[in-house]
Amino acid sequence: MSIGIVMAAYIAASVLFILSLGGLSNMEKAKRAVWYGIVGMGVAVVVTIFGPDSGNYLLLLLAIAIGAYAGFYVAGKVQMTEMPQLVAALHSFVGLAAVFIGLNAELELQTVLGMDDAARETLTGFGAVLAHKTGVEISILKVEVFLGIFIGAVTFTGSIIAFGKLAGKVDGGAKKLPGGHYLNAGALVASLILGIMFFNGAGIWTMVAVIVIAGFIGYHLIMGIGGADMPVVVSMLNSYSGWAAAAIGFTLGNDLLIVVGALVGSSGAILSYIMCKAMNRSFISVILGGFGGPSGPQMEVSGEQVAIGADGVAAALEDADSIVIIPGYGMAVAQAQQSVSELVKRLRAKGKNVRFAIHPVAGRLPGHMNVLLAEARVPYDIVLEMDEINDDFPTTDVAIVIGSNDIVNPAAQDDPNSPIAGMPVLECWKAKQVFVSKRGQGTGYSGIENPLFYKENTRMFYGDAKASLDKLLTMIE
Amino acid sequence: MVSDWKQDQWPGDSGLNYRKGDVNVKIGTPKETFEGEARVAMTPESAKHLQKLGYDCVIETGAGAAAGFSDKAYKDAGVSVVKTAAALWKASDVVTKVRQPNDTEAKRLREGQLLISFFNPAANDKLMEVARAKGANVIAMEMVPRISRAQKMDALSSMANIAGYRAVIEAGNNFGRFFTGQVTAAGKVPPAKVLVIGAGVAGLAAIGTSTSLGAITYAFDVRPEVAEQVESMGAEFVFLDFEEEQADGAVTGGYAAVSSPEFREAQLAKFRELAPDIDIVICTALIPNREAPELWTPDMVEAMKPGSVIIDLAAEKGGNCKLTVMDEKIVTDNGVTIVGYTDFPSRMAAQASTLYSNNIRHMMFDLTPEKDGQVNHNMEDDVIRGATVTFDHEITFPPPPPKIAAIAAKPKETVPELTPEEKRAVEVAAFKADTKQQVGTLAIGAVVMLIIGAFAPASFMQHFIVFALACFIGFQVIWNVAHALHTPLMAVTNAISGIVILGALLQIGSSNWLVVVLATISVLIATINIVGGFMVTRRMLAMFQKS
Repeated sequence: MSIGIVMAAYIAASVLFILSLGGLSNMEKAKRAVWYGIVGMGVAVVVTIFGPDSGNYLLLLLAIAIGAYAGFYVAGKVQMTEMPQLVAALHSFVGLAAVFIGLNAELELQTVLGMDDAARETLTGFGAVLAHKTGVEISILKVEVFLGIFIGAVTFTGSIIAFGKLAGKVDGGAKKLPGGHYLNAGALVASLILGIMFFNGAGIWTMVAVIVIAGFIGYHLIMGIGGADMPVVVSMLNSYSGWAAAAIGFTLGNDLLIVVGALVGSSGAILSYIMCKAMNRSFISVILGGFGGPSGPQMEVSGEQVAIGADGVAAALEDADSIVIIPGYGMAVAQAQQSVSELVKRLRAKGKNVRFAIHPVAGRLPGHMNVLLAEARVPYDIVLEMDEINDDFPTTDVAIVIGSNDIVNPAAQDDPNSPIAGMPVLECWKAKQVFVSKRGQGTGYSGIENPLFYKENTRMFYGDAKASLDKLLTMIE
Repeated sequence: MVSDWKQDQWPGDSGLNYRKGDVNVKIGTPKETFEGEARVAMTPESAKHLQKLGYDCVIETGAGAAAGFSDKAYKDAGVSVVKTAAALWKASDVVTKVRQPNDTEAKRLREGQLLISFFNPAANDKLMEVARAKGANVIAMEMVPRISRAQKMDALSSMANIAGYRAVIEAGNNFGRFFTGQVTAAGKVPPAKVLVIGAGVAGLAAIGTSTSLGAITYAFDVRPEVAEQVESMGAEFVFLDFEEEQADGAVTGGYAAVSSPEFREAQLAKFRELAPDIDIVICTALIPNREAPELWTPDMVEAMKPGSVIIDLAAEKGGNCKLTVMDEKIVTDNGVTIVGYTDFPSRMAAQASTLYSNNIRHMMFDLTPEKDGQVNHNMEDDVIRGATVTFDHEITFPPPPPKIAAIAAKPKETVPELTPEEKRAVEVAAFKADTKQQVGTLAIGAVVMLIIGAFAPASFMQHFIVFALACFIGFQVIWNVAHALHTPLMAVTNAISGIVILGALLQIGSSNWLVVVLATISVLIATINIVGGFMVTRRMLAMFQKS
């Protein structure tokens, strides 16, 4: 296959990828859009394999076969509640691949530079590209290799830690080594110095050192970001994996890699931005980790939490005409989405207006709740966003909060000293009655007291979300 | 509960306040004495709810007959039926009624008895005095404050809703043509044009009924903020060319206020213009504690086509049309029928009784916070306090103004109305600021590009152009992604970021064994990414479905 055909195929693949992302603007189009992505990827991989610059087919096909089987297996087996972990794990692969490819580029470069001119002419593939580079281009290449390796390594360890936190294998709280952000800054400076040394021909050991240091940064950065900020972390790592791919694209002089890297990078950046905005926090403050200390004494919460049993909730639901359900991470943890769906089906069969209110940062991944509800066959047209439903709460008879906390915290509006002051929240307390399904009296993931639980029209429905809902289901036929 | 109770076992008047403790508190409903009144304040359905609160229910024989509820239906619901009104008044600790008590009934009131009914306290000093002297507590249903919490016991709204519906039906009865327009084999029928004046509860109900019958419906109200409600019911709101801030309805407890003479003139002029085209006029304009304003003048009636119908729901307060005769139907010289009935709810007694008895039972629900069958007449409660006109030998009318002033309508933001020039100026300023920011960003971007371009070789810049454009496209495309699809988006971007496989594919043919090993591992893990990412995305998207 000539280089011209390969380039043409790359253009086609780029267009298909853009269409694939653009198609996600609506549920029906999205189903078609995935196929664009798959075809685009297929075209890109096939033309590269059969293009002029490839070789070692046996090894290559073997690796693809194993990888494909592994991917197929994991994707088929994963639970929808485990999506955040899976996404984080997949990010780490991109990061690792970027590191390896960057190292390879340097190794290859050294081989090529060691050859004489005659030998260079016989080179094929990536080697040939390198052989034709001028001095300045080689310098640029080194910068690109450095960037690719650095970003790749940060993504790799960061994603592994994110995976560990989301899967519950690493403690979810925000933790920092002594020295905090100065440690990160120092590591960054050290890798920059190593980068400059590498640039001046200090050899490949500098890059290995960069991998170690960048790996530490990724580890320490994500360790320092706690609980409720995880959606931002995941989308941020998504963005990084894109930039790593783009940097590799520059190294290899491959435009398709650059285009895709840029698409993924900007996608992740926008998602991070949306998540931050939904929490009324700046991106910097999320990266720097943890909540900033409160700027003054927090408002005293008075009153007491009043508990209610399943029969009370059932009676109230029986009387209600309009019901809004607000799911949160607790629903995912308890795997309660099927029970919620069943409850909704029964209530809807009685002619009640049942809807879902989804806060942008509900769950641990952007759009996490939507996916879980979709899995449980909740029709997506009754699943509404915060802005669509917030005005309807005053006319709602019953609001049910299932395993969410900060996103329904009235302190965000009432208490200027609250750590989440100014964060947009679902105003469920304006409903006539609110039921909160919660495991116990604790303050939840972020450790912020929630005055909602103490309001007069709030009743606490204690217990595991799934167990509580199943009990409720026996009383509503 | 009390189905086996016999009249002769009645323990007699114990004189205790609501007989706390000894026997169940009894709620009784007599037959309405007002002539032609068909409604009843208790239905078998509402009785069941009252019994759930711990009360016993008693009804006078035949009380529900006119509304279609037989004595048997009551008995089946566990209500005891007594033969005479006198026995019922004597037996009941709480009496629920529709109309205000007549003189005989007032005499039957006794110490500590609670009466819940319409009472018209504003014009009923004498009756109130009787109740006070007798020591009876009276809750007047028309005095329930108009706040959201009390909507379930707002009997005026329930009755107004029925009146509005019935007004349209009554109009149709007297109107010789179809409501809806039709093109038939026998010729074309134009649709009827209905004008509803006053878009309160009755007005809105009339609008809903009229539009669903297929008429072209217009509606007018002095409160421009109801235009949205009117339009939501499918009618066209009649706007006046008149600039005046009307008093906000929320201030006057959700009712209309008196309008200025200028406003009235503009309003009448508009009606005069409409009159020749309108087939049916439904007047519902009332202002609390005042005579109904005259809105449909005799010359407008004159201008209407023969066969047209006017239904004046304000007849009891003098009518929005002064030709209206209360409780009668008249036909004017030019063939316009004017209906001045005041008993529309009673004409739909079954429906009216159901709603009214529900209002009553909600009132009892609030009066029984413990659900223990004991009345707790809490004068601290805004709603109960507002509706109570006599309590414990004192007249408590009029009530203090409600603490919660506004109903659903929030006071309008006091943004000063901008003139078109000012608006334009603001827009221009915003546009300029926007332009400034954008040009600034572009300038900074250009400088950065220039610096890179000055040092980097051409081959790099070619790739850099691709990179910059791709970022740009990425930003444009991703903003349009639906919020609900963010997880699939992440999975897809994950899959396509597996494109790094291309890098590994290009390197795998190398002669250096270390490069080959690393490249092979990269191919493997990138493939996991690609296949896993796409598979999972497809799985997720397949789950999204419409109801």
